[in-house]
Amino acid sequence: MKLSEIIQHAKGTVLNPSILAHDYEISGGCGADLMSDVLAVVKPGAVLLTGLCNPQVVRTAQMADVRAIIFLRGKQPPTEVIALATQENIPLISSDMGMFELCGRLYRAGLHSFETNWNGFHE
Amino acid sequence: MSDTIQELYGRKGRNITDRDAQEITRVEELAYDLKISDVMTRDVKSLTPADTMRAVVALLRQNRISGAPVMEENSLVGVISQEDLMRALADDDRDAPIHKYMTRNVITVKSYEPVVKALETFARTRVGRLPVVDENENLVGMITKGDITRGVLTAIRRDYQEEEIRRYRASHLFEDIISDRTSLILRYKIKQGDFVNGGQASSHIKRALLRLGAPPQLARQCGIAVYEAEMNLIIHSTNGGVLRVQVEPHRILMQTSDDGPGIPDVKQALTPGWSTASPLARSMGFGAGMGLVNIQRCVDKMELDSTVGKGTKLLMEIHLRPDEKFKAPPGASETPSV
Ligand SMILES: Nc1ncnc2c1ncn2[C@@H]1O[C@H](COP(=O)(O)OP(=O)(O)O)[C@@H](O)[C@H]1O
Ligand SMILES: [Mg+2]
Repeated sequence: MKLSEIIQHAKGTVLNPSILAHDYEISGGCGADLMSDVLAVVKPGAVLLTGLCNPQVVRTAQMADVRAIIFLRGKQPPTEVIALATQENIPLISSDMGMFELCGRLYRAGLHSFETNWNGFHE
Repeated sequence: MSDTIQELYGRKGRNITDRDAQEITRVEELAYDLKISDVMTRDVKSLTPADTMRAVVALLRQNRISGAPVMEENSLVGVISQEDLMRALADDDRDAPIHKYMTRNVITVKSYEPVVKALETFARTRVGRLPVVDENENLVGMITKGDITRGVLTAIRRDYQEEEIRRYRASHLFEDIISDRTSLILRYKIKQGDFVNGGQASSHIKRALLRLGAPPQLARQCGIAVYEAEMNLIIHSTNGGVLRVQVEPHRILMQTSDDGPGIPDVKQALTPGWSTASPLARSMGFGAGMGLVNIQRCVDKMELDSTVGKGTKLLMEIHLRPDEKFKAPPGASETPSV
């Protein structure tokens, strides 16, 4: 799924549009507020949905090659966090939706879940 | 090895700043990395047992040294020092042969041993200079504490220069790594509780690996492992710690160390979901109790060594498969540089 489609589903706003020169193909999704959980499941090229807005979210994304981050419930990260993400070339998106709702919408729209293979769960 | 360099140099009881700590650890590391042959004096002034004590006075004065080895037909039979000379002068015995006053039980060090070995010998024996011999017991040099200080300072200066080269000419460095000539060491001091800068060191490490031509999958594995380890220093250590990465041609070694509080039950710490993270750390998204599990998943070998009251050491090692070798980043020159 393209990042632009995901932004539409999320009714989201891009917080650092300067780095969105072109659209990205997103390989799958992961929703978590615990950074080690993200690092445990996520594969390169994913979108991360989270309720946290601190610099560690961006660092975690950078380490795991997360392609974009969506902050839920309309949360606005501090400017330092936006600056860090811009420097690391990671698009930040703010959405008014909650975790359950946006995960559900994206999953239903066909975005692959990176949580299904965890510990042999599901598959 | 019981004494640290810091103890040998007598810094006991003095307050050590962060900066000192970093320098000391580097000096300690150098004491293990540098060989005695790297710092010793090669141009050895020696005497024979039949020479007189007058010759000792002349030699020590001319060369501004405090002692010299005594050689008989290419083998080391003793050392003669200022103290021996004093005894001869006290006896008013300048024309006596050296063998009357020299020390015969010569303590030597081997040229291929690390400098720390010489430091230990100096501390243990209280002698000021040591003859250096090779594997066949042939004299190849002399070493003093001054030689060691000079050698360490030169190495630190070289470190700084290499740092510069690293920064501006990373493209040349990967060639050295490919050709087995170099191992690259990156080290960072990590502050306890520093959530704002947390992850910065890991971010540098991952970027450096990519610049060096590491495949993205490898850089990602290392990035995740060092990030979890770095955050553990920030979250769980008492005074922060050190993160060190050594990039070698066939493997990457990553290590964190701190001086407390230590882990009471290492097995429990390794259990998925176990966490003692503080409410603050949890509010920042940590405390899933999955960090060590994630690290294990990313590396080929992990060792967690911890003692309550002393500290924790975490060793992580990734072996490079042939297809994971560092490759020239685009635009790098083809000819290896010196
Ligand atoms: N450097 C350290 N010093 C002291 N305790 C540590 C250290 N690293 C890990 N631990 C202990 O191991 C536990 C598990 O670590 P980890 O798997 O990274 O999970 P988390 O950091 O989320 O708690 C920690 O909660 C802590 O009790
Ligand atoms: Mg942890």
